[in-house]
Amino acid sequence: MAKQKNILPGFNLSLGFTIFYLSLIVLIPLSAAFIKTTELSMPEFWEVITAPRVVASYKLTFGASLVGALINAVFGLLTAWVLVRYKFPGKKLIDAIVDLPFALPTAVAGIALTAVYSANGWIGAWLEPLGIKVAFTPIGVIVALTFIGLPFVVRTVQPVLEDLEAETEEAAASLGANRWQTFVKIIFPAIGPALLTGFALAFARAIGEYGSVIFIAGNMPMVSEITPLIIITKLEQYDYAGATAVAVVMLVISFVLLFAINGLQWWSNRQRTAAN
Amino acid sequence: MSATATTQYSSYRNKVARSRATSEPVWIRYLLTTIALTFLTLFLFVPLAAVFTEALRKGFDTYITALVDPDALSAIKLTFIAALIAVPLNLVFGVAAAWAITKFEFKGKSILITLIDLPFAVSPVIAGLIYVLIFGIQGWFGSALVDNDIKVIFAIPGIVLATIFVTFPFVARELIPLMQAQGKDEEEAGLVLGASGWQILWRITLPNVKWGLLYGVILTNARAMGEFGAVSVVSGHIRGMTNTLPLHVEILYNEYNYAAAFAVASLLALLALVTLALKTFIEWQVARNAIQHESA
Repeated sequence: MAKQKNILPGFNLSLGFTIFYLSLIVLIPLSAAFIKTTELSMPEFWEVITAPRVVASYKLTFGASLVGALINAVFGLLTAWVLVRYKFPGKKLIDAIVDLPFALPTAVAGIALTAVYSANGWIGAWLEPLGIKVAFTPIGVIVALTFIGLPFVVRTVQPVLEDLEAETEEAAASLGANRWQTFVKIIFPAIGPALLTGFALAFARAIGEYGSVIFIAGNMPMVSEITPLIIITKLEQYDYAGATAVAVVMLVISFVLLFAINGLQWWSNRQRTAAN
Repeated sequence: MSATATTQYSSYRNKVARSRATSEPVWIRYLLTTIALTFLTLFLFVPLAAVFTEALRKGFDTYITALVDPDALSAIKLTFIAALIAVPLNLVFGVAAAWAITKFEFKGKSILITLIDLPFAVSPVIAGLIYVLIFGIQGWFGSALVDNDIKVIFAIPGIVLATIFVTFPFVARELIPLMQAQGKDEEEAGLVLGASGWQILWRITLPNVKWGLLYGVILTNARAMGEFGAVSVVSGHIRGMTNTLPLHVEILYNEYNYAAAFAVASLLALLALVTLALKTFIEWQVARNAIQHESA
């Protein structure tokens, strides 16, 4: 039996252009990175990507990204909860401003955070007497990565919270659950996949971040130097093969994360449609 | 009378019982709201306010001087050029990709969607690096470009390419779910009534998704004008030549010219605020249209 024929025109043109443009802008240039690393032998490649300074940068990049994403998971969930469930003056403005880290250029975010969190800045001046230095330390990196990942958890959790049926919570209450039990057993499992997706998105975004971090980090080798900066430093020394080797490590990790996030989103959507 | 009072009282009790069952005590609500607002204040409002305060710290004259400086003006110009090329190209790509993906079934569709997302997952620094590997002096086409006296890296074409890369998925990502939800009944009806493919696109598909399209364009533009990492790698930071606004901010900042750096940064912060305002306006329009559709 013949399949139902699609009568709409433009398939060849639109798909052809899509694949052509995708290859030209994204796929071929990205493959250049992988091809470039073949100039290095396996031991050379290994030596570049496991050099102590590079390893220290992985630890900082992944560690700070993880902490930043965790902070966002907690406070992003809280923000989404407050925005969906409670009424307070200025709520619309707050809701709109949550997306600021998406819209604000990273370099602007970087110098603004540095100004605010340095020893004589508005917030840094309060933290200084407590012995907490933020700017030009790894804590500064965490602050910047928290900033740029802030909207992800809020924006993934918010729609799921809005869709939650009041009836299930009422049922839980009428069966004798207190509010905390209802949250832990009813609400949290429903928003879990979205929360995890938002966390993963914030984490993935943080790993590659450059602009907002370099101003506040201080960029001391072995202490506050992120991996993207290592790539830039190698490029400036015309060490293209070395820069590319480190880039390939990051690319592979990013791709794995991208596939994991796509899987998570699929799971999260399935949970939502199953619930409805 | 007492019967009404009783009903009123019991309905009041019901309300109280319901809000107690599905909401939190007042003090917890206040506490949670305060924590959330404190978090947003520390991370969003204070840095945003700092941009404008630092920009005006040395007075309004210094502020204006920083903005009309020839290097600043040429940075503004280049930023607009890059956005003016990148946004339309990615717009056309987004429409084409969404058309192919939502109106037709084909093998490898989900792989294609994931590949379109790739630039989101790539660090901006790596986005710049890959173009250096291809067009740089030691790159694939390096010697050919030098022979023909064409500069891509450390020149405007490189900046445009890097900008296109980092803003690649935005329009497509906005349009695909929208056009998926629209289905293709209206397009097929148009075809039966004798419309050509382009007529269907212009008169049916695009008007149906106009707000999503506009939102995608605004996001692409904001990101194009604000991109830093990728552009930084390919630009070479040549003052008055290959500096975009974010790069100009960096140069001024590294020269300890903080007032000027924040003055230029305040332009970009204004751009971000306009972007957020437009986004909120579009969401409001979409919500209003949805209500009209439901009541119609």
